[in-house]
Amino acid sequence: MILFFALAIVLVASAIVTIVQKSPVYSVVSLLVNFIALAAMYFTLNAEFIGVIQIVVYTGAILVLFVFVIALLSSGIGPFSEGPDRLPKILVPALVATLAAFGFLTYGLTRVPLGTLPAHVTTSTVGDVGKANVFGSVGDFGAALFTTHLLPFEVTAFILMVAVIGVVVLGSDATIAPTHGTHVPKKKSRERESIVKAAK
Amino acid sequence: MPVDIANYISLSTVIFFIGVIGVVTRRNPLIVLMSIELMFNAANLAIVAFSKLWGNNAGHIFVFLVVTVAAAEAAIGLAIVVQVFRRAKHVDLDEVAGLRG
Repeated sequence: MILFFALAIVLVASAIVTIVQKSPVYSVVSLLVNFIALAAMYFTLNAEFIGVIQIVVYTGAILVLFVFVIALLSSGIGPFSEGPDRLPKILVPALVATLAAFGFLTYGLTRVPLGTLPAHVTTSTVGDVGKANVFGSVGDFGAALFTTHLLPFEVTAFILMVAVIGVVVLGSDATIAPTHGTHVPKKKSRERESIVKAAK
Repeated sequence: MPVDIANYISLSTVIFFIGVIGVVTRRNPLIVLMSIELMFNAANLAIVAFSKLWGNNAGHIFVFLVVTVAAAEAAIGLAIVVQVFRRAKHVDLDEVAGLRG
């Protein structure tokens, strides 16, 4: 219980720091703390494999991607380091709407009988509970993934392929080149953007 | 007082709405993407907690799929941010209004 509340405090605090930091680098570090605390939280919920892929995929891949993009974009003029934020202006309506939604959700939670968490989960999709096949272990997860949920697993591969193709298309230089037959040339639109920006 | 499912769901809700506030108040697209990751993680926490509650590991499979989609979303979102930066040399979500009608 102490572990849960310690992790909960770390999770909430690092989440708040993530969204209020001005510099995105500090946000990334705070998000890293958040992800690692969440992985520990998964371990307390008997989800060992999920905890491991939380660390490997989120902190190992996604956060590194964020760091790369920050390093790529803020070398030179640093567009992210400064800049006006509309946080003070919109904070009050955002907080009101958020608290309203939070209130509705917690009200609904109190009205639904949720049951209590079992201390030890004894069911497993691979039959008898052994040492390697306890709930949430890699064996349990893999057996469920490759038998019962094989189709979602394959759809996952398809989603990743679509993402790779999309990133390659978006990242290539051909995307920003003006296409032939475009009604408004790119230079003109860029000029217009600067004019609009200057008008503001 | 043992840690119950309601504790996990409350924590998940709090983190989710912190992410919502981040999405609606920040204009830095990187921090908006990070807030979206926070919301994904809050949903994952709720799913894992319910998965333990019911003793059914289909929730773990679902979290696996969510993580995959989150990775794809982050990759594509960051690629779009880089493209916008190449076009405008300045990344502000309020000024990316090229599709405004």
